[in-house]
Amino acid sequence: MAGLARLSLGEDEVESLTADLDTILDYVEMLQSVDTEGVEPTAHALPLPTPLREDRAELGLAPEEALGNAPAAAGTTFVVPKVIEGGEA
Amino acid sequence: MSAASWEPVIGLEVHVHLKTDSKLFCRCPVRYGCEPNHQVCPVCLALPGALPVLNRGAVERAVRIGLAVGGNVNAHSVFARKNYFYPDLPKGYQISQYEDPLVSGGGVDIATADEGVRTVPLTRIHMEEDAGKSVHGDWETAGESHMDLNRAGVPLVEIVSEPELRSADEASAFLRALRAILRYTGVSDADMEKGQMRCDVNLSLRRPGSGTLGTRTETKNLNSFRSVEGAIHAEMVRQAEVLDDGGEIVQATMLFDADSGRTQLMRVKENADDYRYFPDPDLISLDLDPAWIAQVREGLPELPGRKRARFQESYELPAGDAQTLIESRALADFFEATVRAHGTARSVANWMLRDVAAVLKEGEGDIEATRLEPGALAALIGLVDAGRVTPQSARDVLRELAEQGGDPEALIRERGLEAVSDSGVLESAADQVLADNPEMAERYRGGETKVLNFLMGQVMKRTQGKASPPLVREILARKLEG
Amino acid sequence: MSEPLGNVSELRAALDAGSVSSLELVESALARARGLDLGALVATRADAAREEASLADARRASGDLRSPLDGIPMALKDNIAAAGEPCGCASRILEGYTSPYDSTAVARLREAGAVVVGRSNMDEFAMGSSTEHSALGPARNPWDPERAPGGSSGGSAALVAAGIVPLALGSDTGGSIRQPAALCGVVGLKPTYGRVSRYGLVAFASSLDQIGPLARTSADAALALGILAGHDPRDSTSLPDPVPDYAAALAGDCTGLTVGLPREYFVEEGVDPGVLGAVRDAVLELEKAGARTREISLPHTRHAVSTYYLVANAEASSNLSRFDGVRYGRRAESDDVGALYRRTRSEGFGPEVKRRILLGTYVLSAGYYDAYYRKAQQVRTLIRRDFETAFEQCDLIATPTTPDTAFRLGERSGDPLRMYLSDIYTVSASLAGIPGLSTPCGLPGGLPAGLQLLAPALGEPVLLRAADAFERRTDWTQRWPGETP
Repeated sequence: MAGLARLSLGEDEVESLTADLDTILDYVEMLQSVDTEGVEPTAHALPLPTPLREDRAELGLAPEEALGNAPAAAGTTFVVPKVIEGGEA
Repeated sequence: MSAASWEPVIGLEVHVHLKTDSKLFCRCPVRYGCEPNHQVCPVCLALPGALPVLNRGAVERAVRIGLAVGGNVNAHSVFARKNYFYPDLPKGYQISQYEDPLVSGGGVDIATADEGVRTVPLTRIHMEEDAGKSVHGDWETAGESHMDLNRAGVPLVEIVSEPELRSADEASAFLRALRAILRYTGVSDADMEKGQMRCDVNLSLRRPGSGTLGTRTETKNLNSFRSVEGAIHAEMVRQAEVLDDGGEIVQATMLFDADSGRTQLMRVKENADDYRYFPDPDLISLDLDPAWIAQVREGLPELPGRKRARFQESYELPAGDAQTLIESRALADFFEATVRAHGTARSVANWMLRDVAAVLKEGEGDIEATRLEPGALAALIGLVDAGRVTPQSARDVLRELAEQGGDPEALIRERGLEAVSDSGVLESAADQVLADNPEMAERYRGGETKVLNFLMGQVMKRTQGKASPPLVREILARKLEG
Repeated sequence: MSEPLGNVSELRAALDAGSVSSLELVESALARARGLDLGALVATRADAAREEASLADARRASGDLRSPLDGIPMALKDNIAAAGEPCGCASRILEGYTSPYDSTAVARLREAGAVVVGRSNMDEFAMGSSTEHSALGPARNPWDPERAPGGSSGGSAALVAAGIVPLALGSDTGGSIRQPAALCGVVGLKPTYGRVSRYGLVAFASSLDQIGPLARTSADAALALGILAGHDPRDSTSLPDPVPDYAAALAGDCTGLTVGLPREYFVEEGVDPGVLGAVRDAVLELEKAGARTREISLPHTRHAVSTYYLVANAEASSNLSRFDGVRYGRRAESDDVGALYRRTRSEGFGPEVKRRILLGTYVLSAGYYDAYYRKAQQVRTLIRRDFETAFEQCDLIATPTTPDTAFRLGERSGDPLRMYLSDIYTVSASLAGIPGLSTPCGLPGGLPAGLQLLAPALGEPVLLRAADAFERRTDWTQRWPGETP
């Protein structure tokens, strides 16, 4: 799970988290008892028609703004350690 | 090679850039070849607090392609987050569609050598945003990647075929047919070189006649017809070798190396990737008014398949010729307009398939990029038919019409390309040639009628190629027989 | 020590009468903040605020007021983006980040002439109920500095309670405006979901988050809401409904209103007796103001916390994936992209945030999605229906905002479950998307208690009307910490 979230955990963290996971299982147990036959999961609190935007381009950020917070940049690109083509990071 | 004893089962996943002005979820322009990170905003950069808003033009194009392939456009579809980490994916998730795609089913017709036409069924078409990309350079050897997010957020449709393709040729045919439909409907320019259409190949092998599917591999991000064909061949060979050795195919993601012509293992897929899909809470579900979908359907142009069939029937053209003429709407429209002006479809077809095609090849390839008009082409063909200009001269005129436009008759006069049809000149030229080539004349009279071509050639030389060929032929024949 | 600043209406009157200038108000706010060691502000923008105040003074001199908030000093919670300002969310992972764009809320406040003096402390990424989970140290409750102000908008609540600014923005996902408002004795309003744009609010749980005001009175909250509310084309979950005149809804009484009292919220074992007593007295006040009361039931109340826990953390785990050190924020050094992600996130996020990301990831993972996330969203529908049914029998619902008064710093931070349960009365409204407001209703044991009012979706007018009527009949909104009761 930590891998999926890209978090590395210390030993003590693993312990407390296991305890938390147990708590969540208790909560799930409670929910299992609720009869949800035929109930739609809530998508949104209020029914709304699909908002659509006109297909019109507008300039966004200037490159200096876009790169302004970059921890590492080269020209107008973001620098990261080399990635293998097509994989997951 | 034992590939003959194995039957390939091929499915394609094609990612196509929609031809919109702005990105799928933000207003950034969609343009190609820009400086890195010049087309970005808080939304596609995934700055804290930014939110997506759906582009109507992208939805319309996605619906168009869904209708054009005869698919079922679902009035209700849902955008879902596909969660994974990668530097070209700013949000750490891609907004895509999962359980409820926009289009289900559909099919693409391909011409097959033996069967004529076959419909390759599609599984689905869904909308999603593209990721950014890495800019290549020598910094990579120094262990760096440079990320450019201009492409992040560009609207895509993912078109998934059923695993019903049986060869590299069929795969190519499928992609070409799909590309024609995309271009006809204005959904995408689908130019693979610009990265507007990319293809993943899913391939497995099985014994012919077997009902079960073998383990498949996925070869990703192929961006030319050649690499698709190459990847299919390479993977077929590789898998056949493994299986023939008694081994098992491991489910994996492969990359195709065009230089070596081989596929290489990129990543073994032990389990399905856990993308933790869930409906994106920042977006409302996509609910389309059936009346609007009907409107889009009405706005569709005549699609390639129907047009080809109509050309075959109305103009009595063979399938192959018809297919070439309909490859672009502009070319097809040009052909039809020329036929209307000239009258003889076969003649126009010949000109377009041979001479116009040659001119287009020299230039940018698009008929719209030239200044040739259907009326001008029709007139030119008419002049040739009437013997007013030789075919050879006409080709030069054609080239000029394509570059400058204009009226063929005027051009011929200006350049002095009028075919010589003055019988006096021709008669004397013919006499000269016959006098200079008595053996040829003998051979003709002896039955070798094809030496007439040589003699005609000689007359043409004497008249600087301006003699009207039908007249020359007639005059020579008369003199030889007379 | 300077005097507390007073509420927005009082300041407006003073500004308009010329007895004080906006610049003076800003200076007082800054001085008072410096003098009180509450850990409530994480950043100030003194020079910019002075400039904006001077411009406001000039406008007022030429009779050119932009809004009732023109020239009024205020604070923003540190998860609301403002162009050219940090937006740290009280987290290490956003150290050094400057937002290049304005949230819609801030853009509207600028338009209105409000003067932001600083950014308030919060639980990291809004995950918490005490503001102890801030990477910048805890905020303190002005009523007792050894106690927490609540959270996650604890900084904003403390600022208003201490009279440093009369108005502060907070965000509420499961109670993060209402709970600290109650624990600090101020008014806090969570609007109907979608009423205020989320564009520029750093997302915690997208289907629950809302920006809202914390203020001294509901009348002030009504002014702020009038400026913040409205459709935003940049937020797809934004409501298209027109914005009513909230100030005009403040009729001064509760005649004709029926207030529902959900039996599940008034269970004695669950609530501190002092808090319960204060809330019951408040209900009597509402009756004196003309309301009728009746008992109602919200049967799925006991599943609210678990439902919230599953839905909010699932969405949060995905929303926080963008914090990877690639394009902004703090980055851990590494030769390999995978390590870069892991180290950046492990070093940058605090333990509570990590806990929630992991649990959220679990809830969405293959094989568990149906049993956990989908099931929770179904129960959420049932909770929403509970309210719809209840509102057929009443116009408003009244409950305690929290089960206790402010707890001591450190008392609960090691016990996540106990911490989550302090949200027990507030999460249901978030899940249902309905508006909720907390107004101070007592000082049991010298610590504030809050009355929570809930209304149907887009029911802010009736909410504000009832709260305002209550506030006019009592003086809880005029109390300051440290004064003799």
